[in-house]
Amino acid sequence: MLTLIKDTLTSQVVTLWRVFSHLWVKADTVEYPDVQPYMFPRWRGRIILSRDPDGEERCVACNLCAVACPVDCIALQKTEDEEGRWYPEFFRINFSRCIMCGFCEEACPTNAIQLTPDFEMAEYKRQDMVWEKEDLLIDGTGKYHDYNFYSVAGKKIAGKDKGEALNEAVPVNVRSLLP
Amino acid sequence: MAKIVIDGVEHEVNPDNNLLQECLSLGLDLPYFCWHPSMGSVGACRQCAVMQYRDADDKVGMLVMACMTPATDGAIISIEDKGAKSFRSDVIESLMISHPHDCPVCEEGGECHLQDMTLMSGHNYRRYDKKKRTHRNQYLGPLINHEMNRCITCYRCVRYYGDYAGGTDLSAQASHHHVYFGRHEEGVLESEFSGNLVEVCPTGVFTDKAFSENYSRKWDLQTAPSVCVGCSVGCNTAPGERYGSLRRTVNRYNSEVNGYFLCDRGRFGFDFVNNRDRLLEPVQRVDNTGELLADDQVKALIKEFTTDGTIGIGSPRASNESNFALRAMVGEENFYAGYSDVEHESMIVILDLASDTAFHSPSVREIERADAVLILGEDVTNVAPRIALALRQSVRNQAKDLADQSRIPQWQDAAVRELAQHERSPLSIISPAVSRLDDVACDRVIEALPVVVAMGHQIANKISTSAPNASSSTEHDEVIEKIAEQLKAAKRPLIIAGNSNGSEVIKAAANIARALHDGSDKSVIDLCLLVPEVNSMGMGLMAGAANPLGAGLEKLQSGEAKRVIVLENDLYRRAAKATVDAALTAAAKVLVLDQLPTATTGNADVILPATAFSEHEATYINYEGRAQLSFQVHQSQKQAQPSWRWLCDAEHIDDLVERCSNELSGFARLREVLPAENPFIAGMKVPRQSHRYSGRTAMNANVDVHEPKQMEDKESVMSFSMEGIPSQKDASVLASSWAPKWNSNQSISKFQDEVNGELKQGHVGCLLIERKDSSGSYFEAAPDSTEPSANQLRLVFSYQIFGSDELSARAKPIQARMTDAYIGLSPADAKARDLRQGDVATISPLGSLVVVCIRTGIKAGTALLHCGDGNISPADFSGLIEVEKSATQTTSRGIGNLIVSDFHEKEINS
Repeated sequence: MLTLIKDTLTSQVVTLWRVFSHLWVKADTVEYPDVQPYMFPRWRGRIILSRDPDGEERCVACNLCAVACPVDCIALQKTEDEEGRWYPEFFRINFSRCIMCGFCEEACPTNAIQLTPDFEMAEYKRQDMVWEKEDLLIDGTGKYHDYNFYSVAGKKIAGKDKGEALNEAVPVNVRSLLP
Repeated sequence: MAKIVIDGVEHEVNPDNNLLQECLSLGLDLPYFCWHPSMGSVGACRQCAVMQYRDADDKVGMLVMACMTPATDGAIISIEDKGAKSFRSDVIESLMISHPHDCPVCEEGGECHLQDMTLMSGHNYRRYDKKKRTHRNQYLGPLINHEMNRCITCYRCVRYYGDYAGGTDLSAQASHHHVYFGRHEEGVLESEFSGNLVEVCPTGVFTDKAFSENYSRKWDLQTAPSVCVGCSVGCNTAPGERYGSLRRTVNRYNSEVNGYFLCDRGRFGFDFVNNRDRLLEPVQRVDNTGELLADDQVKALIKEFTTDGTIGIGSPRASNESNFALRAMVGEENFYAGYSDVEHESMIVILDLASDTAFHSPSVREIERADAVLILGEDVTNVAPRIALALRQSVRNQAKDLADQSRIPQWQDAAVRELAQHERSPLSIISPAVSRLDDVACDRVIEALPVVVAMGHQIANKISTSAPNASSSTEHDEVIEKIAEQLKAAKRPLIIAGNSNGSEVIKAAANIARALHDGSDKSVIDLCLLVPEVNSMGMGLMAGAANPLGAGLEKLQSGEAKRVIVLENDLYRRAAKATVDAALTAAAKVLVLDQLPTATTGNADVILPATAFSEHEATYINYEGRAQLSFQVHQSQKQAQPSWRWLCDAEHIDDLVERCSNELSGFARLREVLPAENPFIAGMKVPRQSHRYSGRTAMNANVDVHEPKQMEDKESVMSFSMEGIPSQKDASVLASSWAPKWNSNQSISKFQDEVNGELKQGHVGCLLIERKDSSGSYFEAAPDSTEPSANQLRLVFSYQIFGSDELSARAKPIQARMTDAYIGLSPADAKARDLRQGDVATISPLGSLVVVCIRTGIKAGTALLHCGDGNISPADFSGLIEVEKSATQTTSRGIGNLIVSDFHEKEINS
């Protein structure tokens, strides 16, 4: 019985001392949002659509991100300008369904869709978590600075004729007899 | 049967086929490009290499091309052999050296045979660092896109377009790695079957232009097995929907009907479903303005129409169920035929012949087997295009016979063609104008319609003297004799006619077939009688012989009937304007059910919106009497409903099909087209969406972030979802084929019991009409009584693949190829009237305006009238017409889009 009382008192005194001593210890808590945490560049946060080095939309509406998405939260529709360049007529991500898995980025053949270190996406209304192309499209190239899909692909677009893509010969003259 | 060993496993195969075809029949994966199931082998691409061993002791083996090697008994081959595999991988690497790295912006991506084969052959990374050859593209018209950089020179396009479909304006040009597939100059691809290039090309050189404008990947399309409603052939299609609009139609394999190919009307004509003018709400006319009707108002109205004094007018473009619901509602005696009286008369003859034991109505596949064909008075290419493509194959039977004699296997395509040169099975055409099949015809007679009929009777008489003879003219005796001999000598002769221009031609054709039946030991003769619309046969079987449209309109006009229900039909296309006007004005109440506004809906008191073919489940009966089931692809917009749902209380389409089977004579077997009741595990349904269907939780999120419940389908064995038993398990509900490793349409071989065979558990439809009447006799040759006066011309109706069908004429891609209404004249007749190519003329009796089209291939004295898209009604004309130059000289479309070989003058004012 005596031992029990002794142990209990000791424990309480030690606890009080420990709490008291923490008054002089440096705090572990980060003062978020006054203090912002360091986010790694490859963190999988808010999704953006980027532009190529020429400032044109990178997305060609190929639908690969949408089909890769395990929660089916990307919907888009392809359209085309007069010169043959593909782009999305609309591009919608339902972030209330998104699980930030990054499969879309992995599937993207043009580096258009990218995940960013931004994780601050809470909304009061769920409807506000539906983002359209206007909300997603940024002005820069994002993480990948140099890639320009159309400079590699053989499709003719405004400002790039047949034969002007990477490693392309000038178009064949079908009527020529030369080898 | 031969036994061969593939990778150590013994298989039984057909020795008449090549190794590639047999490997695919066995379900093995062997890559290929240039081989196509319906076009045989040429050994151009070297992709299907396998290792063949001399005997069990041979461990080295030799590389052979599977498509060029017969499956001989005792052959030992290996697909998995290291050497064969690395050869195939090298071949595809070299095919890919100039491929343009544009899959993301290629319409073929995701259903590309080249993508599939590249993966299957194991080529991953590009090693070739030299320059890629590039090509300029061509404009090939409003239907097909051209992107030559993607070409891998398999030659399938020119083999299909030229050799198979008879097109002359697509060819291989230049040489070595500069080879180019295109036209001699930019322009519209002339063939009526050019759309198939999209499916034949293993990669994205030829893509569907109309689809590209509303593009969606294959995996995102909601698809169901459907039937084309463009004409009476009833080709099987797989339309695809995305975000509420119908995006495209592709071929759906049916071994008996369309096989692997569609015509351009079928492929591009679906777009009327998306037409902005669609009728979508029930409307009542009150003081010349429309007033929306509530549900109970509609019910009250329908009740009003169930009282006495109501007649119903059926429709050859509506389903059996809708026609039946109307017939049941108004009573058999008040149900009138929905086509013109002239057509009614010829339909009676056709239906009569359809139950005659002497004849057989051949399927498209059977038409391909005919070894002597006579076309009497019909322009098959424009009335039933898919049959014209089959006829082009039938003339090759001579070549196949020659190959058999020389012991060349029939799949050796190039060798068989080389051997046969221009040897063709006889195809004879007797008609008032040249047709698009003339290039494969051995005999071609252009004569006025009465002479065509008389010649038909003369041929019958030549074959069997018991047939009545017609005319004493001896002008064509030689050719008549020749055709009669050819038909008699043939193993499987075929006579084709149609009801485009009255019943006399059909009677003459039937006489020829009967003469062949009497004069030979053949038990049945193939007699193919073409009707114009998707369900002409179905409605014809329901409408009594005593109930032609004219009688119904008469009843309205006389006041005997007060109310009329018009089912999906524009009466102004079926009867003279004055008659229809009088009848509709006299009627107290006119109720019209339709999909699009027409002249008839313009005069309706009540309009109820009907669903289009892709928005409901339905059965249709094709020209041969084959009933086929078409599933609903997507939900209807707003308040449109299947017509039968407006008209009767039936809950379920199955109930109506059951009632049709029980209550209608000749429909007993209709119930067989329904899928077996719940063949699927645990009540699960077949999904219309693929397992890769994307965007479910985002597509409606702009409207409401909370996803709606998946729409239920209470009608059919299919569901509007991704979940359920994949159709891969049961080909009877197979819309778009897919198999592991096979994303393109070539995956169809995984569902056939053998290559080109029937689909496993598939449904080819069922032939409804039982042939049990053996008492048929010859028709009398009725002499022609109409004698044109000096300035009159004999009228013949001309149909166009683009524009003659009422619904597809409302599709944008079809409109881009349509012409105005025109009158075709011979140069002599045009000169006599001082008319030049492209002028505008008026034609009697209404003074309708038409464009003049002068063609050298029209019989003088005959005028060919094409009615365009409904601004002129065929019902307003008959027999003889007068043509005069008009003061107006402006037209909207002109005739610039017309593709015929016999324009008199090259320049057309349009």
